[in-house]
Amino acid sequence: MTVKQIVVLGGGVGGTLVANLLAGQLTRKQAQITLIDRTGKHVYQPGWLYVPFGGAPPERWERNERSLLRRSVDLLIGDAVKVDPHERFVEMADGTQLPFDYLIISTGARIDPDAVPGYREGAHHFYTAEAALRLHAALREFTGGKVVIGVADIPYKCPPAPLEFTFMLEDELRKRGLREKTEITYLSPIGRVFTIESVAEFVTPMLEERGINYELFFNTESIDPVERTVSSLEGTTLPYDLLVLVPPHRGAKLIIDSGLGDVQGWLPTDRETLQHKQFPYIYGLGDATDLPVSKSGAAAHFEAKVIAHRIAGEIKGKPSDERYHGQVMCFLETGRGQATQLVFDYTHPPQPPKPSAYYHYEKALLNRAYWHLVPTGIV
Amino acid sequence: MTTPNITIDKEIDARGSHCPGPMMELIRGIKSVPVGSVVAVLSSDPGSAKDIPIWVQKAGHEFIGAFPEQGYTRFIVRKTR
Repeated sequence: MTVKQIVVLGGGVGGTLVANLLAGQLTRKQAQITLIDRTGKHVYQPGWLYVPFGGAPPERWERNERSLLRRSVDLLIGDAVKVDPHERFVEMADGTQLPFDYLIISTGARIDPDAVPGYREGAHHFYTAEAALRLHAALREFTGGKVVIGVADIPYKCPPAPLEFTFMLEDELRKRGLREKTEITYLSPIGRVFTIESVAEFVTPMLEERGINYELFFNTESIDPVERTVSSLEGTTLPYDLLVLVPPHRGAKLIIDSGLGDVQGWLPTDRETLQHKQFPYIYGLGDATDLPVSKSGAAAHFEAKVIAHRIAGEIKGKPSDERYHGQVMCFLETGRGQATQLVFDYTHPPQPPKPSAYYHYEKALLNRAYWHLVPTGIV
Repeated sequence: MTTPNITIDKEIDARGSHCPGPMMELIRGIKSVPVGSVVAVLSSDPGSAKDIPIWVQKAGHEFIGAFPEQGYTRFIVRKTR
């Protein structure tokens, strides 16, 4: 039996977990597993939400990728630039070619500030460590005015994040005595304040009670950083003093350059088998895919288990038809030290509990325990 | 009712999508195609029947129709701007 070559592109939540699960299910005689990562640094991105409010610094949410991988997984740090899906190899920036029998693309989402005119000059965000620190500095200098919060484009990672940020900012300004001097407006791209109707039903009165304005059907089209206005494709223009917009997201350049994705670089992925729609030996994992589920570590976590089972089963001659059923689990911070939890899949809509301190602490606990529980596959 | 005889340039299967949801999937789809293209979104969310036509009108696109299928609806929209 020849040793199968499995290549994993990207060492985020999904890539790290799938590599470790495969290493646990296959021997070195069955498969050689190589994970390629651009930086060799693993980042727990949910931690960035807290940085603008003076939470733990970004370094706290980073670990060396090698330290999270099982010993039998080879880590290659470098830039993968292209995939040849027919000849089955990955090409690195230095020209090296890595052949594969199975490829897992878990390259995540790329922040593309230039996709929306005026975004780079006009907006703040917390979707990179650097931007979260800049926003922290801007908030420290903020003395009141109009704050506008929303998203610059669709899709984006972690759909609840702008709403969480809004509630946390309201708390922060109240504590600093600036709430009366500040008008907060939350922008929603759709016809309610959050995509899940049951969540929108309890969140809308919370926004109203806290005096937070909201603007529905606001899909950002452009920002004028000189006039300090943000305009929607639906024709609304709003002034701002501080603009916090989730940045535009795109798929990895490698996906576009290899002709494997759609125009925005998202990988066409079967919603249950997670195979690339054209190449069944290529799997899409996590934020890199075009699946109709939240771009979130939680979705990647559930997907990684399915992919590992399918590939390991096939290599061992016991094919598995394990499927992904759209499972996601996440928390939504509602401010005042409270949160709720969203658990759902393709056939079960979420039934979020009333926000409470319990879920806030559970989220805080997961943020700390992540390193021990998730990449290892314990949960 | 059956789907009209129209060429669909992009079809998005958003059945069972609770988050981000069919509405957001449609907006994403519309943004990713050239003007003049026809996008279909499959939704099992009863709220889509109300939400989708309102957004399409606000955004200035053309709502071609909502076509019920077994357990879901196919919403068809033409991008006009």
